[in-house]
Amino acid sequence: MIEAVGLTKRFGAKTAVDQLSFQVRPGHVTGFLGPNGSGKSTTMRMIVGLDRPTSGHVTINGQPFRELPNAQRHVGALLDAKAVHGGRRARTHLLALAQLSGIPEKRVDEVLGVVGLQDVARQRTKGFSLGMGQRLGIAAALLGDPQVLLFDEPVNGLDPEGILWVRNLMKQLAAEGRTVFVSSHLMSEMALTADHLIVIGRGRLLADMGVSDFISLNSADFARVRAAGTGRAERDALAELLDGAGARVLTEPDGALRVTGLPLPRISDLAHEAGLRLWELSPHRASLEEAYMRMTQSAVEYTSTEDPRAELWAQEEQGLKPWPAEEAPQVSAEGWYAPPPPGAAAAPFLMPAQPGDLAQAPASRPTTAEDPR
Amino acid sequence: MTAPAAARPAGYTSPLPETRPTLGHAVASEWTKMISLRSTVWTLGSLAGLVVGIGLIAVANTSDTDYSQVPFLTPALFGLFVGQLSVMALGVLTISSEYGTGLVRTTFTAAPERHRVLTAKFLVFTGVAFATTTASVMLVGLATALVHGGPDAGPHGAGEWLGALGGCVYVTLLGVLGLAVGAMLRHSAGAIAAMLGVVTLPPVLGGFLTVWESTQGLGGLILRYNAPVALGDMFGLPMGDDAGPVPVRQLLVLLLVTGAAVAGAYAETARRDV
Repeated sequence: MIEAVGLTKRFGAKTAVDQLSFQVRPGHVTGFLGPNGSGKSTTMRMIVGLDRPTSGHVTINGQPFRELPNAQRHVGALLDAKAVHGGRRARTHLLALAQLSGIPEKRVDEVLGVVGLQDVARQRTKGFSLGMGQRLGIAAALLGDPQVLLFDEPVNGLDPEGILWVRNLMKQLAAEGRTVFVSSHLMSEMALTADHLIVIGRGRLLADMGVSDFISLNSADFARVRAAGTGRAERDALAELLDGAGARVLTEPDGALRVTGLPLPRISDLAHEAGLRLWELSPHRASLEEAYMRMTQSAVEYTSTEDPRAELWAQEEQGLKPWPAEEAPQVSAEGWYAPPPPGAAAAPFLMPAQPGDLAQAPASRPTTAEDPR
Repeated sequence: MTAPAAARPAGYTSPLPETRPTLGHAVASEWTKMISLRSTVWTLGSLAGLVVGIGLIAVANTSDTDYSQVPFLTPALFGLFVGQLSVMALGVLTISSEYGTGLVRTTFTAAPERHRVLTAKFLVFTGVAFATTTASVMLVGLATALVHGGPDAGPHGAGEWLGALGGCVYVTLLGVLGLAVGAMLRHSAGAIAAMLGVVTLPPVLGGFLTVWESTQGLGGLILRYNAPVALGDMFGLPMGDDAGPVPVRQLLVLLLVTGAAVAGAYAETARRDV
């Protein structure tokens, strides 16, 4: 259990973390989301006592981190994959860390097996790729078999297989009853991994809720309706009909209609009464990414007038297009163009159509040994 | 997105036995860190190589009569003048390489009692630096005594060996000062530059301070108490003409300076974010 109360950190005039209060409970993967520079890493550094809060406090199982009797056995953290001395061999690096808390040397070989680095254990870490560095950092975090685990951007630099492995590892660690706190700016990643979300923007808490609550609160569900036939006439007739019934209708490039504001049975009834056949009538739920973009967008809007760094903010959402539903209604009915449906495009990596698809995929790389502990 | 929370266990308890970390654990860790880096091994090797190499050259080019007035340990002094730079560099690197690479964040996350880690660093460094320096110096001294120990060399007492041991303590203290400065500055190049200044500036600074009458006293003091002069005093090549136990005073001066720096290092390490 991690508990932060009124956590604040200022660097000179800049407030990196502002009155942050939250709880991270055991048995869950808790995602920690926010754009770059929103204070995620600073918060994590304060949790493990590297930075002193300007005010407020954060405790782990009721105690400040720096007062834990054997910190390594209670908390494992991956804060920076490159926080190693490049001249030291991977195994020696882990051995030195293990010796700090009297962890037996055998445990070093165990965690090297868990992260799949046993073949490069005797190489100097200078030559490691970012992905290998992440694995080494995860190994270091697991050394003490801790109850609380913190990971700052653990999937950065990992290949798709590695990402899947990290995802399954997080879930497995949480299923064992550990507290797992994972920061990321990749919403799609959190949608697949986390049960609970803590979202911050500009150092302030924006949301602290379950993933499904977060999505339903921050995004509108919609129905995709497709009229029978490929002609525009049927589609326009259906669109007019639904529009007349009070729905908000957008067209998608492949001819389907995106309808909000009407329940599915009502759409079916309306079409039936008008004698229109339907080829598709399906419920859709916005993805976590869309929900997140909506939320942080409003956070940016809220601060943009007083924030001279607004340019930076805009650039930080690399590759993630903001949900353009806000703009679509302004386009005239004639040249309607709506963006592709969620999940069908603009997936940063390995993004399945449905979040559940990958979650159920078989676990882990073959070289990864089970953690025997 | 995943299984319902109700199915999750309430907490996790590790089956591994839990020991309370001690200073001994930290010393073991620091020892592993020190011997697992090529840079530290090279630095130590250069120290031993300089002292022994230059010392043996001096031994080969002197005769028995040269040692009628000076101790057998004097040949080791020439190498140690250069070798002390290696000791200081090693002291600085012991801590600043952790700050430079970011390893210190991993270390302090694993062991939030920063004093334990810092104390272990001081202990391991002091042990390694003193052992290497003393072994090299004594090797040169023994070689001199064996080669030039004839009747022309005159009588030699245990005092000169004790003096050389004091010299080794002095050089080790310089290294400890380097470690403390490294812990405060957290930057390899900056800390090494500062330490080079500590060794090389006093003769220059003292020299021009003695030019003016008002600062003459201070200049003389600086000329008297600095690293090269102190080493000369202890290795039986006195460069001043003070009466009394000068080597002890030289050691005390450095001990005071180092003590202050070490106190500063502890305070800074505990206080500052890493």
